[in-house]
Amino acid sequence: MATVGAVEPGHRGRTMVQEYLPAVVVFITAIALWEAFVFVFKIQFYLLPAPHVIIQTFRGQAPIIIEAGLYTFHEALVGYGVGCGLGVLAAMAASRAPGFADLVLPYAIASASVPIIALAPVAIVWFGIDQGSKIAIVTLMTFFPMFISTLRGLLSVPPQSLELMRSYAASDGQVFLKLRLPASLPYMFNALKVGTTLAMIGAVVSEYFGGRFKSLGVYIVSNASLIRTREAWSGILVACALSLTFYLVVVLVERLVMPWHTSTRKA
Amino acid sequence: MTAPIISVQRVSKTFGRGAGMTHALEDVSLETQPEEFVSIIGPSGCGKSTLLRIVGDLVEPSAGTVAVKGKSPHQARLDRDYGIVFQTPVLYEWRTVLRNVELPLEIMGRPRAEWDGRAEAMLQMVGLKAFQQHYPWQLSGGMQQRVAIARALVFNPSILLMDEPFGALDEMTRERMNLELMNIWSQTSATVLFITHSIPEAVFLSSRVMVMSPRPGRIERTIMIDLPRPRTAQTRLVPRFFELVTAVREGLREDPAVAAGHDFVEEPV
Amino acid sequence: MARTDSIAAPDRVPVPLRRGIWRFLLSASVIVMIAIIWEAAKTLFAIPAYKLPHIYEIAGEFLRRGNQGELWLGIFAQNAAYTAWEALVGFLLGGTVGLGLAVTFAHSRLLERGLLPYVIASQTVPILAIAPMVILWLGTSWFSKSVIAAYLTFFPVTINMLRGFKSVDPDALSLMRALAAAPRQVFLKLQFPAALPYLFTALRISATASVIGAIVGELPVGSRYGMGVVIITAAQYNTWRSSNLWAAIIVSASIGIVFYHVVATIERRIVRWRPADAEGQTA
Repeated sequence: MATVGAVEPGHRGRTMVQEYLPAVVVFITAIALWEAFVFVFKIQFYLLPAPHVIIQTFRGQAPIIIEAGLYTFHEALVGYGVGCGLGVLAAMAASRAPGFADLVLPYAIASASVPIIALAPVAIVWFGIDQGSKIAIVTLMTFFPMFISTLRGLLSVPPQSLELMRSYAASDGQVFLKLRLPASLPYMFNALKVGTTLAMIGAVVSEYFGGRFKSLGVYIVSNASLIRTREAWSGILVACALSLTFYLVVVLVERLVMPWHTSTRKA
Repeated sequence: MTAPIISVQRVSKTFGRGAGMTHALEDVSLETQPEEFVSIIGPSGCGKSTLLRIVGDLVEPSAGTVAVKGKSPHQARLDRDYGIVFQTPVLYEWRTVLRNVELPLEIMGRPRAEWDGRAEAMLQMVGLKAFQQHYPWQLSGGMQQRVAIARALVFNPSILLMDEPFGALDEMTRERMNLELMNIWSQTSATVLFITHSIPEAVFLSSRVMVMSPRPGRIERTIMIDLPRPRTAQTRLVPRFFELVTAVREGLREDPAVAAGHDFVEEPV
Repeated sequence: MARTDSIAAPDRVPVPLRRGIWRFLLSASVIVMIAIIWEAAKTLFAIPAYKLPHIYEIAGEFLRRGNQGELWLGIFAQNAAYTAWEALVGFLLGGTVGLGLAVTFAHSRLLERGLLPYVIASQTVPILAIAPMVILWLGTSWFSKSVIAAYLTFFPVTINMLRGFKSVDPDALSLMRALAAAPRQVFLKLQFPAALPYLFTALRISATASVIGAIVGELPVGSRYGMGVVIITAAQYNTWRSSNLWAAIIVSASIGIVFYHVVATIERRIVRWRPADAEGQTA
């Protein structure tokens, strides 16, 4: 019987080590192997620079890369906010009319199989070559997962939970605020997590189609096409760092907002 | 005789249409007196849950009338006369135990000042005061169900509808919960409509046990339980308890379908 | 839980048929509606052609002849086939790697702890940023695009299959143990089939991802064929022939949709014991 699961601190400390030590070991080993590989086989630096070279380059280029990174991240963040916000609103509206929801859901799901990136050039025509077009693409990319997940969450409330509300003669607004919304939080956070990745991909890749030089996508691509591999890699490093941070922040928020959820519980 | 709290007159319920039609209930009548504890017992699929849902205005009857405290079930629901406990606890996993118990108070818009520690008192009553800040998943099945009972009683409903609340628990836990329920109920003035398929449970708890036959659900007979109150662990040991258990069992046996050997066959769900 | 008495049996025969017709009509009407809104918006707000061409102009694009006198329909078809091939190889490659990782993780807690965080991190990284690097290593051949597609494909498979392997009913596992089944038998006869629905959920996501990966892989300089190249080229000529860009987008979208439906159809054939969950658990 699964009673009271408060683990004593000592035990928890040990599981933390057990949980994360292998990952740390893998990280250190991988970096070491990478260094050794480049050194031993005398890999040309334009093919694959050693980690310390990338770090050095990054140090030298830091102001430019960070500025470019923040510029791109800004696009990702704004588009993410708008896309997810609209997704939630649309899902709320659709959940009011389940018949309508049934009608749109297949199209929303089908839209996931459309490479939205392909719309990037059109977005440039519509919203200009600067941040507007990138934000539009990120919005579009994050909107559908958020819409689908939230709608699914709002509609998948267990029938008995609804009967309970009905027995209290709860108003529609109360059912929404106290049942449907919290019940769909796990669904929404799934989409929010997926969305961080999509947002960064959307922003970086739509910059491939043209944009300001001081943006991450343009920085990486132009350096790569000039075979300035070290610069390109340090750009990639920043892109990785930004999107990993973005993702981890959302995971952190998820833990704070849903301390009760399965994904947050200690195994 | 006082006016009945729940009055069900000649209620029928059918699901579906045409060839796929199912008669869940046929011509069921029952009345409960104030502060009475009435159990409805019958094999799975006999429509007893449907009956409870009709009383609670969760399902509409196909024919017949239901009155609750002289009102329609709909009005009774709007007046917040019902506390409901399902077979599963149906706790909201994002709320702590305490906040789950407070849920009806919130919904009913009672000002916080008037809550007056009611939820805590209820948890005290079901013996879970120490767990009020826990989340549902941290509790065992029996504890969760006790939270559900506390939640059902927290706003002092005049009618408690219980749909096989202990059906998912093991026998030992079930007996302990029965005792606790008697304890809790004696401190309230609620009329209870209790659905079960356990004969000893029905006898132990009730003032009256109504035996239902399956397909279509009909009330076959009523057995008055004249065991003295308060009921305690000792109650299960007196000869009268066994006599009544036997009487209810006989009552179920006499049903032709059951007598043919389909004793408590679980319906495929 | 749903053991209430609602045993309502639906009248079986006509329903699926009627629903099929309904679905078709609904789909058709939605497409017609989009077309109407499109044209209405264009007229109402006087949207210039370079922003939004007429639908018939886009349709006409397929029948136009290119510089060398060949039909655009043919050009699109050739490039679409090229992209589809890259995506298919990437899909198979990624699916295999993804499955391999899942099987490995299912067998070793230690490897799972050590590597799974990086599998997850690998996707938070805008891998497409690495596309130029992959092309630098593997050249501009179609295979480098397949590798990029595979990178996007493996992840859903790993995550979902791992979840599938872990979702096996403990009692079913005990049964296998009681039968003294060898670990390989437990895996082949229980864990793998139990995880199949999860596999297909993942493959549906991966199908789309592989097409996106292939197209994006074609974007960096040096590629010569594929829908990514067509889109980039069309984008440069957009101002005077926007219908070409739109046609290219529609063709790209079609590849994604076809991939998705092929996987969904195979799924319906194979996973019959369980109603296909239209859910598609993401992440």
